Amino acid sequence: MKAIQRIHGWGRYPIIGAEVDAPLVVSGLKSAVENYGADGMISRGLGRSYGDSSLAKYVIDTRHLNHLLDFDKNTGIVTCNAGISLADILDVFVPLGWFLPVTPGTKHITVGGAVASDVHGKNHHVSGCFSDFVEHIKLLVNPDNLLLCSETSHSELFHATCGGMGLTGIILSVSFRLMPVSSAYIDQKTIKAANLSEALALFEQNYASTYSVAWMDCLATGSSLGRSLLMIGEHAQDHKLACPAKHPITIPVEMPSSLLNRFSIQLFNTLYYNRITKQEVAHRVHYEPFFYPLDGIQHWNRLYGKNGFTQYQFVIPKEAGQEGMNKIVKKIAASGKGSFLAVLKVFGKQNDNLLSFPLAGYTLALDFKIEEGLFPLLDRLDAMVLDYGGRSYLTKDVHMSELTFKLSYPRWEEFQAIREQNGTKGIFASYQSRRLGLDT
Amino acid sequence: MKKILIIGATSAIAEATAKRYAKERASLYLLARNEERLASLTADLKTRGASSALYALLDVNDRSRHEEVLKEVIKTLGTIDVVLIAHGTLGDQKACEDNVEQALFEFETNAVSTIALLTRLANLFEKQHGGTIAVISSVAGDRGRPSNYLYGTAKAAITTFCQGLQTRMFKSGVHLIIIKPGIVATPMTEGLSMPAMLVAEPDQIAADIVRAIEKKTDTLYTPWFWKYIMLGIIHVPSTLFKKLNL
Ligand SMILES: Cc1cc2nc3c(=O)[nH]c(=O)nc-3n(C[C@H](O)[C@H](O)[C@H](O)COP(=O)(O)OP(=O)(O)OC[C@H]3O[C@@H](n4cnc5c(N)ncnc54)[C@H](O)[C@@H]3O)c2cc1C
Ligand SMILES: NC(=O)c1ccc[n+]([C@@H]2O[C@H](COP(=O)([O-])OP(=O)(O)OC[C@H]3O[C@@H](n4cnc5c(N)ncnc54)[C@H](OP(=O)(O)O)[C@@H]3O)[C@@H](O)[C@H]2O)c1
Repeated sequence: MKAIQRIHGWGRYPIIGAEVDAPLVVSGLKSAVENYGADGMISRGLGRSYGDSSLAKYVIDTRHLNHLLDFDKNTGIVTCNAGISLADILDVFVPLGWFLPVTPGTKHITVGGAVASDVHGKNHHVSGCFSDFVEHIKLLVNPDNLLLCSETSHSELFHATCGGMGLTGIILSVSFRLMPVSSAYIDQKTIKAANLSEALALFEQNYASTYSVAWMDCLATGSSLGRSLLMIGEHAQDHKLACPAKHPITIPVEMPSSLLNRFSIQLFNTLYYNRITKQEVAHRVHYEPFFYPLDGIQHWNRLYGKNGFTQYQFVIPKEAGQEGMNKIVKKIAASGKGSFLAVLKVFGKQNDNLLSFPLAGYTLALDFKIEEGLFPLLDRLDAMVLDYGGRSYLTKDVHMSELTFKLSYPRWEEFQAIREQNGTKGIFASYQSRRLGLDT
Repeated sequence: MKKILIIGATSAIAEATAKRYAKERASLYLLARNEERLASLTADLKTRGASSALYALLDVNDRSRHEEVLKEVIKTLGTIDVVLIAHGTLGDQKACEDNVEQALFEFETNAVSTIALLTRLANLFEKQHGGTIAVISSVAGDRGRPSNYLYGTAKAAITTFCQGLQTRMFKSGVHLIIIKPGIVATPMTEGLSMPAMLVAEPDQIAADIVRAIEKKTDTLYTPWFWKYIMLGIIHVPSTLFKKLNL
């Protein structure tokens, strides 16, 4: 038995003890799976999921399986081990004129994690999720069974695995399409929205923009409720592909969580909102600050203190639209628990994966530090979201109830059936899958 | 096009360094024991842009094979612009205290093998009249500490050996760099409890190594602040040092 390590997700809550095996080669991974099979295990990438998705007593850490296997410069299809990071992919391919077709708000995740959470980016409304660019994956369902899964081969398993939170096996390699770009820069426009309805209207007006996202001040109330800065962006055409090297700054230790209180957050949010004095500002920025503003501060999750935090991200269908969003934001503003800033986005249509999060509508994500009274608030928010026909994102979730999950992810039974067929139920299981009633 | 030889090429620090050279279209020759990892690494390096990437198996403790393996390298690469010696094992200090054989084996892997390799390489580089010999030692060699003094002893031997060799090589236009990393998150340190603030990623170390080779640095502490930490540590009086648990 290996020494027990203390591990946690990005939210640093919960912290659990686990045996972690981090194989260097595929054959090593297979024997790790053999050793742990009976007790259940979960794969883990770079641990950027916020809650308990990548936590179990036995963890297969994939981060050393980080090699590129092939690249076809005619099609832009890259094949890599699942443990490689998006940061590494960008480093190699941006200078050659290729970019990620979909990227989340941090580049420090693995390609396996991108598939397992079927991540979305600021272009979801036009491009969809990461899985939409996946040609095929190789999935280890047990040590003797490595399956090539795609739209056309084991397609059911493919649609269960994309967004399947590691519960259908271990993704060993991924082949996916990069997108050609002629610059490492983004032409960004920032537009002020005085309240939520202005923000939603701006999203609609800018629907044709490749990238759009808004930072919302969740603590503003009254006629300013939902005031936001909308950012839209397009890849620049200036043929500058080189990336300047930068050194991120680090939050060295846990900060006392009292530093983040209602007052300091309100002050920050107000300053943030007012940093732009004009109605609209245009800039050309490097892709790093555009896509990964928080990656500039390493370990920023330590800012929330020793109890950790969670990110609550939900989506509600367009029909529920402004009214629904208004009510939920009001509830959050009234609780006074909101975080720095919330991220607001429109989603395009939902895909065929069984547990993927996005559906056509509006999504909002915000951080809450773990404290008394938080989970009851999240329960109330869950109820409202569910009422509007929405749901919250599994890769951020740390508290959702089994009932909420099963009502809001209606294809969970198909998902379970595929796990049973392939014998992965109970073998690949996380703290989250047990909480959600997918495993016992 | 640079020609690079890496011994212990599957080490996390070595891989990160190799990836950087691959991006510059170098030709790489890799030596280590883990064939599955080597095969996958060569595919990776070629995908990143390496002009060529080849590997051969070598257990550095198999000293009788050193000559033949290096011959094959020279036959393939012609000249060597940079050799990076990166193999190493942290070993189990406790076990080394109870078992003489194990203690000496750790010393063999981390020091004797390197001295043997460097002796042959030095002569090859002298003939070349140029190139860089980069050797990964460690801050652990700067002062013996109870938690890992066997490893530290081997690294101290390497450091001292390299200081002498550095001066000898200088006369024939060969640059030797002694690399002393601090704490790095690699398989070697996995599962150890380490002060998060001081732990570097392999790619940070690789970036420093590539830059220092370019700048012809003699001794590289990486990340840079370890120079000052170690300056402090070697000056702690032993009466006090003995009371610490380092
Ligand atoms: C600052 C920040 C911003 C973010 N922004 C976004 C965003 O904009 N959009 C978005 O969609 N997400 C976003 N995320 C969430 C993040 O993209 C996902 O949580 C992602 O899955 C993390 O990948 P990881 O490699 O860290 O995986 P982990 O967190 O280690 O694991 C996540 C899940 O993937 C599974 N998994 C990992 N590797 C494998 C594998 N090889 N095979 C099978 N299953 C595997 C795990 O079991 C687990 O269920 C953000 C996270 C952070 C910290
Ligand atoms: N990690 C740290 O904190 C740290 C700090 C200071 C210095 N260092 C030094 O940095 C160097 C690289 O270490 P790392 O941290 O990158 O460790 P690592 O990833 O564990 O790599 C060590 C490598 O050494 C090779 N090796 C071990 N024994 C060998 C043998 N008998 N023959 C051939 N190769 C052998 C192994 O390759 P195969 O298994 O393929 O043979 C392995 O890939 C080492 O010299 C280490 O001492 C590390």
